[in-house]
Amino acid sequence: MNLLDKVWIVPAIMAASFLLILFFGKRAGTKATAGLGIAAVSVCLVFSVVVAGQWINRVNHPPTGEKLAEDIRQANGLTPQTPEAVESEANAATHDAGQTVDQGSSSGSEHGAAATGAAEGESAAAPLAATEQPATPTAEGSTSAEGEHGAEHESVPPVVRTVTWFEIGPIHFELGTLVDGLSAMMLVTVCIISLLVHIYSTEYLHGDVRFTHYYAFLSLFTASMLFYVISSNTLQMLVGWELVGLCSFALIGHWWEEKNNTDAALKAFLTNRVGDMGLIIGVTITFFAAGATSFNVLHINEYALSGGANTTLLLVGALCLFGGVTSKSGQFPLHTWLPDAMAGPTPVSALIHAATMVVAGVYLIARLYAVFFQGLGIGSSSLHYVAFIGGFTTVMGGVLAFVQTDLKKVLAYSTISQLGYMVMALGVGAWTAGVFHLFTHAFFKACLFLGAGSVSHACHHTFDMREMGGLRKHMKSTHATFAIASLALAGIVPLAGFWSKDEILAGAQQGQRNAYTLMLVFGLITAFMTAAYMGRAYWMTFWGEYRGHGTPHESPKVITVPLWVLAICAIFLGFLNFPARFFGLELPSGVTTRFEHFVEPTFAFPQIEHPTFTPWLAVLSTVLAVAGIATAYLYFEKNKGPHGLTHRSGAARAGYTFLENKYYLDTLYTDIIAADTKGPLARAAYWFNQNVLDGIVDGAATVSKKVARFVYRDVDQLVVDGVVNGSGLVSEESGQFLRRMQTGKVQQYAAILFAGVVVLAGVLVFVV
Amino acid sequence: MFGLLVAQNIAFYVIAALIVFGALRVVTCKNLVHAALWLVLVLAGVAGQYILLAAEFVAVTQVLVYLGAIVVLFLFGIMLTRAKTGHDLELDNPTPAKVGAGVIGVLLLGVMGYALWDAWRGQELGDIVVQRTAEVSDSLFSTYLLPFEVISVLLLAALIGAIVLARRD
Amino acid sequence: MLVNQFLFLGAVLFCIGVYGVLARRNAVLVLMSIELVLNAVNINLVAFGAMWHATDPANLSGQVFALFVIAVAAAEVGVGLALVLMIYRNRQSIDLDEVDLLKG
Repeated sequence: MNLLDKVWIVPAIMAASFLLILFFGKRAGTKATAGLGIAAVSVCLVFSVVVAGQWINRVNHPPTGEKLAEDIRQANGLTPQTPEAVESEANAATHDAGQTVDQGSSSGSEHGAAATGAAEGESAAAPLAATEQPATPTAEGSTSAEGEHGAEHESVPPVVRTVTWFEIGPIHFELGTLVDGLSAMMLVTVCIISLLVHIYSTEYLHGDVRFTHYYAFLSLFTASMLFYVISSNTLQMLVGWELVGLCSFALIGHWWEEKNNTDAALKAFLTNRVGDMGLIIGVTITFFAAGATSFNVLHINEYALSGGANTTLLLVGALCLFGGVTSKSGQFPLHTWLPDAMAGPTPVSALIHAATMVVAGVYLIARLYAVFFQGLGIGSSSLHYVAFIGGFTTVMGGVLAFVQTDLKKVLAYSTISQLGYMVMALGVGAWTAGVFHLFTHAFFKACLFLGAGSVSHACHHTFDMREMGGLRKHMKSTHATFAIASLALAGIVPLAGFWSKDEILAGAQQGQRNAYTLMLVFGLITAFMTAAYMGRAYWMTFWGEYRGHGTPHESPKVITVPLWVLAICAIFLGFLNFPARFFGLELPSGVTTRFEHFVEPTFAFPQIEHPTFTPWLAVLSTVLAVAGIATAYLYFEKNKGPHGLTHRSGAARAGYTFLENKYYLDTLYTDIIAADTKGPLARAAYWFNQNVLDGIVDGAATVSKKVARFVYRDVDQLVVDGVVNGSGLVSEESGQFLRRMQTGKVQQYAAILFAGVVVLAGVLVFVV
Repeated sequence: MFGLLVAQNIAFYVIAALIVFGALRVVTCKNLVHAALWLVLVLAGVAGQYILLAAEFVAVTQVLVYLGAIVVLFLFGIMLTRAKTGHDLELDNPTPAKVGAGVIGVLLLGVMGYALWDAWRGQELGDIVVQRTAEVSDSLFSTYLLPFEVISVLLLAALIGAIVLARRD
Repeated sequence: MLVNQFLFLGAVLFCIGVYGVLARRNAVLVLMSIELVLNAVNINLVAFGAMWHATDPANLSGQVFALFVIAVAAAEVGVGLALVLMIYRNRQSIDLDEVDLLKG
């Protein structure tokens, strides 16, 4: 069975699970509810893996001849103004089993009908295929930095299956599925994380009053997200996008008895509405920019690339779409909802606000990349809105993460920062890097969130890091997984985060015409800060003395097993896109850059940048990350007091050594931290450290803390929130004014109605 | 001025005067039961106009349904809501509302009157032929069968709805 | 006879009905006024029906529609009075200006 055609089954299963839980959940009890949810996600995961497998198979054995022509025609599909419009309509009809009779084709069997469609479409499709085929490989060959990879990339068209929803004149509104590497990757990611969250939640929400409600919305969320990622047109994406937002609202406000939570849910919902207006306008504009014939994403991309579209329209469209991205993916200045959204249950935070929903925006850019590429002139610019906002967000989020004492908020700002990273990567033209970071980030960020949940589970449901500390003794699994995920996030080699982060940096450095230097600086600053604030969170939570109440305890297996699964993913998934040349280490090309090979949309997409692995950049980013960890270590221990000396010297030694032997950094660093030794070099460095390094470090920390406070209190809280609150206030005031008209007396309304009738009738009778 | 059919015209104006007077009493009188009785006059007058228009079946239906059923329904409604049988000042809205309603009514009449005068000036009804009940039923059960069935479903729904609403539970 | 005779009668009746709907406070009286409006429409329908019938004897649409209106009016009065009864039961009054739950 070819699941690439029938991928709609996957969201359908989750939707069915949602309905079942909604209607029968209460009666069936919590165990059955959770079981049903988990079973549904498991089935989806299996399907998704099969889909991914079949896609990989398709890339390895690309379709040829008639089948290829058919696929290309399906992908370019229903562009009714072209001569083959009639055939494509006929073809759309054959996919609707009910209409095969009209075709007069011999049988009702799907296969036979499809074959007929192919035969009919062949004559029309052949020239199209002919023009399409040579075009893409040339583009590949000319821009690919590495010849050996460019050669192996072939144009594999995505699998598109659509049915006509309705028609207005020449415009077809379709429902359909689109499977390519990107959607297959998203399917698998969403299903894995959703499955783990489903399992984790059985314990985390054990005994919750609205257990079934929670599981119903988890299912609906998963269904919406899966629906979103396989949408073949922008309208469908809009539907999925909104559904996802709705589920987010319901789940953030899960514990609505407390006003804070409902406020947070409302804030998330309303902030997202702001961006969604942009998205709706953007969808409309791109529709018109692409010839006003189809909402099909491939069509829009192809049209944008072909140069047929008006560049100004594309620019405006891309910026409007980016408005949607700004809110959903927490970009400056619409990021404020994301930290507040931590009011929801922690597994929800992991699933929605770290791993899947918030990347919907990034996915949107990746999906409609041609619009952004052409509209913003990514290939010919050195600075433009998307890249800058991404870069700015990534730094800003990182800075904000320092002043939070709530563990989940640290992670939330970290998420903002990392989303900024992805957006920035897409902005500088490093498509693969951005998407790859999306992929790896999903795993380690989910792991961090679930770890935070596990910690809170142990510490009487607090997330305040000042009430934690010393937990590594009590919670071995949580500690280990949290450490692994933190290191992955910080981008320590060889964990997953390193590879994706490094690719982004390389992309920014080598980018289109080496022009995105500012983005590279942003990226490097963030690399440092990410490590620092994760270090701070890690030490405050797991080291030192326990400062909370009672005795913390390790969470049960239901919680730790998902943690371990994610941690293992965080370790190994980075190797999926192992660079072709890594410090002189060259692996056979069948092993390296697999992610790029399978996920990259080679069909009808712009020339994608393939940055090569750059040793100095990788080293620099790692150095920055380690320095970040060291800074955090110092700063935290300095506040702590008596033990400061030891640790400070250790770090100083690390700092000193790392100037001399940059190639052994991580090993040295680990040894010093682990063994906590004071070597002779440390003593030698003590004076230097006390007077110079310490001052610099303290100064840097103080300044960054002040900057962070300023940004948080004045920019974030005052200006950004002020604007948001102000718009709310204005609408409330106008509502208060208008309500006086609302007397509630039906007869007054009727009087106004009839007076209006008199006026209208008078105008029609006497004037017109 | 009365055209050829003098008798019909006289009958029309007499009945029309009755209808208008009765209608004005319906909307102005201070006694609920009296209002219902004035309504009877209006409805009977309308039935008379139907006969003048040679629409016998509608006239009969008007008498049966309106005079027989609806007015009785109104009287029941009045009794069940225990209105006082004497004069009741609370029946009307305050004077400003009444003035506003009057203005709206007059303006509406002006606009409608002008439109009618403009559109149908001097148009004769033509030779009025009696429209026999058999013809009406033929039309009702052939051309208008579907709306007829829909109306029957509507009546059923209204029946059930009225029972559900009015029953004490 | 002129068509306008009947049409004007209908217009007058209609406007009186509108006045009643707006000026009366008692819900039952408002329903009665609505009956006036419906009857005004019916007069128009039957008058036009007679006019068309004079030229095309097979055309009885006017009467048929008048019948439909009568049926709908009956349903309307039934449901309307049931609603009035409900209001009365809940508030001991059928004054429409006291029913202002829609107030903003």
